[in-house]
Amino acid sequence: MSELFTQAAIVAVVAGGIRLAVPLLVASLGETFGQRSGVLNLGVDGIMLLGAFGGYYAVLQSGSPWLGLLVGIGIGFIMGLVSALMAVTLKAEQGISGIGVYLFGLGFSDLLFQKWVGTPRPIPKFPKLDIPGLSDIPWLGEMFFQHSVVIYLAFAAIPLSMWIINKTTFGMNIRAVGENPEAADSLGVSVSRVRWSTVTIGGTLAGIAGAILAIDLGIFQQNITNAQGFIAIALVYFGAWRPLGIMLGALLYGLVNALVLQMKVLEIIPPDWSDIAAMTPAIITILALVVVATRFSPPSALTKPFTRGA
Amino acid sequence: MLEMKGITKRFPGVLASDDVSFDVYPGEVHTLLGENGAGKSTLMKILYGLYEADEGEVLLNGEPLDIHEPTDAIEHGIGMIHQHFMLVPTLTVAENVALGLRSSKGVRTDLDVVSARILELSEIYGLKVDPNAFIWQMAVGEQQRVEIIKALYRDAQLLILDEPTAVLTPQEVDQLFVTLRQLRDDGRGLIFISHKLHEVLALSTRITVLRHGRVTGSVSAEGATRESLAQMMVGRAVKLAPDKTEAHPTDVKLAIKDLRVLRDRGEEGVRGVDLEVRAGEIVGVAGVSGNGQMLLAEAIAGLRTPSEGSIRIAGTEVVGMNPKEVRGTGLSYVPEKRMKDGAISEFTVSENLLLIDHNESEYLNHGLYDFGTINEHCQQLVEEYTVKTPTLDTPARNLSGGNIQKMIIARELSGTPEVLVAAQPTRGVDIGAAEYIHKRLIEQRDESTAILMISEDLDEVFGVSDRVAVMYEGEIMGIVDPKTATREEVGLMMAGVGREQTGG
Repeated sequence: MSELFTQAAIVAVVAGGIRLAVPLLVASLGETFGQRSGVLNLGVDGIMLLGAFGGYYAVLQSGSPWLGLLVGIGIGFIMGLVSALMAVTLKAEQGISGIGVYLFGLGFSDLLFQKWVGTPRPIPKFPKLDIPGLSDIPWLGEMFFQHSVVIYLAFAAIPLSMWIINKTTFGMNIRAVGENPEAADSLGVSVSRVRWSTVTIGGTLAGIAGAILAIDLGIFQQNITNAQGFIAIALVYFGAWRPLGIMLGALLYGLVNALVLQMKVLEIIPPDWSDIAAMTPAIITILALVVVATRFSPPSALTKPFTRGA
Repeated sequence: MLEMKGITKRFPGVLASDDVSFDVYPGEVHTLLGENGAGKSTLMKILYGLYEADEGEVLLNGEPLDIHEPTDAIEHGIGMIHQHFMLVPTLTVAENVALGLRSSKGVRTDLDVVSARILELSEIYGLKVDPNAFIWQMAVGEQQRVEIIKALYRDAQLLILDEPTAVLTPQEVDQLFVTLRQLRDDGRGLIFISHKLHEVLALSTRITVLRHGRVTGSVSAEGATRESLAQMMVGRAVKLAPDKTEAHPTDVKLAIKDLRVLRDRGEEGVRGVDLEVRAGEIVGVAGVSGNGQMLLAEAIAGLRTPSEGSIRIAGTEVVGMNPKEVRGTGLSYVPEKRMKDGAISEFTVSENLLLIDHNESEYLNHGLYDFGTINEHCQQLVEEYTVKTPTLDTPARNLSGGNIQKMIIARELSGTPEVLVAAQPTRGVDIGAAEYIHKRLIEQRDESTAILMISEDLDEVFGVSDRVAVMYEGEIMGIVDPKTATREEVGLMMAGVGREQTGG
C-alpha cells in the first residue's frame, strides 16, 4: 500500500476529490435554497441529466464549453420553473412529483442522446486556470490551484450562498417561509413567490451541476450522473442545511471517491472487488448522515405545501 | 375608528357570520365574546384580510376599507396578535419584527436599525425583550411581547388580540393587561377576543356577544356580570360553578411515588412526583402548559415509560405495562389531544364508542360483531351523555369539539372505572358541554371513582376539584384546598414560587 503515499498519488487524490465534489456541491447548494424555504425537490438528478446532455450537445455543436454551461443554466432554469409549478402552485406531493422529474430527465436525456448523437464523441473541456504564484507551491499548488475555472466559481458560490441566506432580506424570507409560512404570510411575505424563486434557483444550479459534470468529463453517456443528484439531496441533510456543512460533505464524498479510484488504478483493490469498492462513498456518506441528522432538525415546513387559513 | 356593517360570510353549509355589525372607538377595548364557532374568528379574519366577506362593508375612520391581504390590513394600521403566535422560532426577535418590511439597506437586512427601534418600543411600553434572542429560547409570555412589539413597530392603531391570555399564567395576564391599558390610553382601539369571563370584565370598555354567527347583545362592561354574559353566550341561564357536595374520599386508588419521566428529547420533564388520589375525590392538577402535566398523564396511562418511580392503580403496579394492560387494572383516560389520541376522526361515532371494548364477548357473536347489541349500547350512551350526532354512523370528524369530547367521556366512563385521568376535559368545548362534563365528573366521583383532572383553566380547577396540586417544572409545588386557597396563591405557585413564601 506504500505506493498510495507517494506525492503523485496524494496530489491526485486531493485534486481529483475536489473535482468530483464540484457537481455535488453545486447541486446541493441549489437544493439547500429550496429546502430552507420548505420545498424538497427530489428531481435534482433528472435536471442534472438534462443539463448534462444539453451542455454536452451545445459544446459538441459549437465547440465552446461556456456556451454549454449557458445551455445548462437555461435548461436548469426551465426545469426549476416546472418543479416550482408542481410543488408550489399545484401543491403536488413533493416526493412523487420529484421522482417524476427524475424519471423524465433520465429517459429524455438518453432519448435525445441516442437520436442526435448516437456514439459518444469527446468535447473540449473548460479551460484550466493556474492561479499565479499559488499554483507553483509544491504539493498544494497542484492540489488546489491548478483547476478549471468553473471549479473556483463553484467554491465562490459557497460564501455567496451564506451571505444570501443569512444577511439579505430574501434570505430571511426563505428561512421564515421554511419554518413558519403562516407567520411569514401574516406579515405580507409571499410564500409562493419565495418558494418559486428558491426552487427555480435550485433547478438552475442542478442544470449547471449537470453541465459541469459532462463538460468536465468531456463526454456524455446514459445516466452519466449515476444518482449524484440523490447524493446531493442527502448532502443537504448531511450539511444541516448550511452551505459550509454541505461543502464538507461534498468534499468528503469527492475525496473518498477519488481515493477509491486511485486505489483501483494502483491495483490495491483487486479488480473483482471494484464494484463493491465503488459503493464506499455512498455508504460513508449515509453513515455520516445518520450521525449528523440526529443532531439537527430540518426546516419545520419541509415538504408541506402552504395554503392560507388551512 | 372602525365600523363593520352587516357582515355576512357563508361557508358551505354554514352561515359563519350573519349580518354582524361591530365598531371600535379610539381609546377603548371592545371585547368580542362567544363560544368556539360563534363567528369571532371569522369576523376578525375578514377584518385582517384572511377571508373576504360575502356581504357588508368595513369603514376605517369613515373611509370604506378594501382589504384582500394581511398586508393591506397592516398598511391601514391594523395589527393582529394571533392566538397561535405568528413567530418563526429559528429567527431572532429582530428578524421576526423585520420580516415583511422594506429594509433601509437595499437587499441587505437592517437588523441594527430594527433592534434600536425595538428597544425604544420596549422601553416605552415596558415590554422587556432582547432583540438578538431566538424565539425558540423564549418563554411563552416573552414571545407574546414580541408579537405586540411586531404590531407596534408597524404602528398599528387598531389591535386585534385573539385569545391572548390562553397560554399565560395569572401574573403574566396581569402584566399583559397593564400594557394593553397603556395602549388603550394612547388612543389606540383594541379588539379583545376571549371566553374567560372575569378577564373580559376586567379589561373591556364594551362587550359584544356572538352566538351562531349573530350578535346576541352588545353591552357596556359596567353593570355586566359573568352570569349575564354567559347567558348571552349560551342562550340560557348557565351555572358557572358546578353544584358540588362535600367529597367523601375513602381508599387510595391511584398512588404515585417518586415518579420521574423523560421528555422526547431526553431531559427530565417530571422530577420526582408523589401524589395520591382516593376513591371519591377529584384532584385537580393546575399548571401552565408544558410543566410536566401531560407527561404525568401519559405515564399513568402507560403511554410513556417512567425512568424511575412507581404508579399503583387500585393496588397494582402499572409501570412497565402497556396501555391496554393498564386499562385492565381499572384506568380510564381522557387525553388532552382529543382528535389525535382520544378518537379516530374517520371512524363513526359507534366505532369510536367501541374502541376500547370491541373485543369484549358481549359485542361478539361467534367471533363476528353483533351489531344489534352494539347499536343498542351505543344508542344508549349517545342518549345518556347527550352527544349530538345525526346518526351513530356519522364520522366523528363531523361532530363539534364539545360533542366529540362528550363521546369520549361516554366511552371512558361507561365501565365505571376505578381511576379516571382527564386531561383538559373541557378545553375548546362550548360552555354548555363544559357544564355537562363537569357535572358528569362530579357524579362519577360520587360513584367512588378516583379522578385526576389536569387543567390549565383555573376556573375549572377551582370549581371542580376537591384538592388542587400545582405543578411547576415537573415538580408538585404544593397541594391546596380550593375552598380556602386564592387564585393569586395558586398563580404564584404556577410561576414557581413556593407556597410557604407567599404566606399562605
